[in-house]
Amino acid sequence: MSKGDFSGVWIYAGHDGSKIDRATLELLGVGRKIAEKIGAELSAVLIGCGIKHFAYELISYGADKVYLVEHEELKYYTTLPYAKVLTDLIAGEKPEIVLFAANTTGRDLAPRIAARLKTGLTADCTDLDVGDYEDKASGKLYKNILYQIRPAFGGDVIATIVTPERRPQMATVRPGIFELPKKNPGRDGEIIQCRIELGKNEEQAVEILKIVKEERGEANLKDAKIIVGGGRGVGGPEGFKLIRELAKVLSGQVGASRAAVDAGWISYSHQIGLTGQTVRPDIYIACGISGAVQHVIGVKNAKIIIAINKDPHAPIFDFADYGIVGDLFEILPVLIEKLKNIKAKHKTLRKMVNVQFRGLTWKTIK
Amino acid sequence: MPPVNIIVLIKQVPDPKAHVSIKEDGTLDRERAKAVINPYDRYAIEAALKVKEKLGAKVIALSMGPPKAEDALREALAMGVDEAILLSDRRLAGSDTLATSYALSRAIRKIGHYDLILCGMETVDGNTGQVGPEIAEHLGIPQITYVENFEIRDGFVRAKRLIEGGYEILRSKLPVLLTITNTGEEPRCATFLGVVKAVKKDIVVCSIDDIGVEEDSVGLKGSPTKVKKIERAVLCRSKYIVKGGSVEEIVDNLLKKLEEDGIDLVMMSE
Ligand SMILES: Cc1cc2nc3c(=O)[nH]c(=O)nc-3n(C[C@H](O)[C@H](O)[C@H](O)COP(=O)(O)OP(=O)(O)OC[C@H]3O[C@@H](n4cnc5c(N)ncnc54)[C@H](O)[C@@H]3O)c2cc1C
Ligand SMILES: Cc1cc2nc3c(=O)[nH]c(=O)nc-3n(C[C@H](O)[C@H](O)[C@H](O)COP(=O)(O)OP(=O)(O)OC[C@H]3O[C@@H](n4cnc5c(N)ncnc54)[C@H](O)[C@@H]3O)c2cc1C
Repeated sequence: MSKGDFSGVWIYAGHDGSKIDRATLELLGVGRKIAEKIGAELSAVLIGCGIKHFAYELISYGADKVYLVEHEELKYYTTLPYAKVLTDLIAGEKPEIVLFAANTTGRDLAPRIAARLKTGLTADCTDLDVGDYEDKASGKLYKNILYQIRPAFGGDVIATIVTPERRPQMATVRPGIFELPKKNPGRDGEIIQCRIELGKNEEQAVEILKIVKEERGEANLKDAKIIVGGGRGVGGPEGFKLIRELAKVLSGQVGASRAAVDAGWISYSHQIGLTGQTVRPDIYIACGISGAVQHVIGVKNAKIIIAINKDPHAPIFDFADYGIVGDLFEILPVLIEKLKNIKAKHKTLRKMVNVQFRGLTWKTIK
Repeated sequence: MPPVNIIVLIKQVPDPKAHVSIKEDGTLDRERAKAVINPYDRYAIEAALKVKEKLGAKVIALSMGPPKAEDALREALAMGVDEAILLSDRRLAGSDTLATSYALSRAIRKIGHYDLILCGMETVDGNTGQVGPEIAEHLGIPQITYVENFEIRDGFVRAKRLIEGGYEILRSKLPVLLTITNTGEEPRCATFLGVVKAVKKDIVVCSIDDIGVEEDSVGLKGSPTKVKKIERAVLCRSKYIVKGGSVEEIVDNLLKKLEEDGIDLVMMSE
């Protein structure tokens, strides 16, 4: 598509049938910011079956409009039918910007649509902004362009990508980076029920035989205030008992490096990092984790990082606010014991502690 | 059943395992990193070779990149891939994922018959994971992303697709494009015999003219996204490291420092 009179910011609203994805609510927050900057409306596209109540929720979190598409065949996400619905809607309504969460759905769906519309797509944005862009080759100046800011090369570089000529400007946005917007149940908004036709091809190509959710609720890392992460240094499933115990004392959750997950010591749902989850707890305690960029990228927004590693040169110490150089099998039992004691003493005292974000996030260098 | 025709897409990338050190000026030192096959693409090659062993297949490796990318294809041949094609052309430089996927889809059309296209889940340099789904769209075939394992049975693919907090089992008709994650099946190394055989094989090198792609639809011109700015980055925090002394002292030292800084682990957790 080339430009014309495209306007409005859209977000794709993901859900699992029982609740809206947290990443979608985060998108509404950043979508609102962008919509206000360019003076446009914020709309959400909601696809599924029997999910009208989600539309009200999307409005209360900041959507001005919700395009609601309900169909028996659309109960669960599959690429082709969803791509068809969204592409048709985009072609008809011409939004200027379309955002997706960079989760397994968004990263499956968005490229399919971008390729169909022959437009650009920026992956895994960690920040979005609006500004002017001057094309050096043609000398042409573009106003109010979406700045799509993303890490690449495993986090070694930060690039600002723009899509000056084609529309819509499309991006996937990394979950866990943007704050949740405030919910305002009294907000006004419009729900537009859309009628759609699915082609035979879309219906038949890929069939879902089974959907399995592992350890439901257990690895609820996204909302966790404290996460204790274990890596290869934990040595095996046995070692994870110590990690779990520390997490339990702190009422926190258990996270893991990919090395620990790949070794089969703990399930994938605990993985933090580039190919796992992006989390933003108040405190992250990394035990026996070396600090590969691909891991650190998933916790860089933790307010405070504490590292325990026996190698004083482990890169994790460069990313940590506090570090202990030592053997985790010696340190953790003592730490757990002391925390238990402190906890027993403080039982009745409940004071809110406001944690300050102390570290720098990304320092860009010339 | 006739042999399955598989095309594996491989990209040559800087070695992610190469030790990245931080230079005095704070930048990352990547100079010593050698070029390797993108790690996920190795898993894809391994998966293709497993199908070949089980059902019989012809496996073609296809790569787009500079002439040096021949090394990656040569290694794929040594691992057991049957044929290798390199799409190499100056006019492709600066292609974004739309242009890259378009060029690769044209090369695939030129190859002609295929049942299965395997990609990596994403690369370790560009990290977008977009090229696979975009190729599937250009070809008008279905896709399954984040595949941990799959099998071909009765003309269908049955695949386990990883999703947040779990997985799905999907069934697709052929042809289909799969993007492969870490399958847990360690990719094989090239054997001595494999290397000897690979040296004798030809790598077909083609230009965009050979695959019927116009100059304007690839490279910087054919790419809707533009890189406005690119900066090197490091993550850093102010650190307080405790070492030395007995375990008891070390832990006390940390807890005391945390307390001084107004951070109370236990209360925060309540
Ligand atoms: C494309 C790609 C995506 C990736 N995605 C992710 C991702 O999402 N998440 C992720 O985590 N990784 C990811 N990785 C892998 C990443 O590069 C690292 O290989 C991985 O994070 C290493 O895990 P680790 O730190 O647990 O193991 P190692 O690097 O092996 O480190 C183990 C550490 O434990 C320490 N140790 C050992 N014994 C003890 C002890 N007794 N006490 C204290 N310390 C001890 C060692 O000193 C060492 O520093 C990805 C890689 C690639 C290429
Ligand atoms: C800093 C930076 C940021 C960028 N950001 C974006 C962006 O947001 N959007 C965008 O459209 N482009 C972007 N690009 C351009 C993009 O990196 C290139 O188009 C690149 O050639 C393909 O993207 P990728 O490496 O992310 O591949 P991915 O989509 O991650 O690759 C997935 C799989 O596709 C196959 N594949 C990919 N490339 C090839 C190849 N050349 N030959 C054979 N098989 C291949 C492999 O199987 C691979 O595992 C960026 C480039 C840079 C330098």
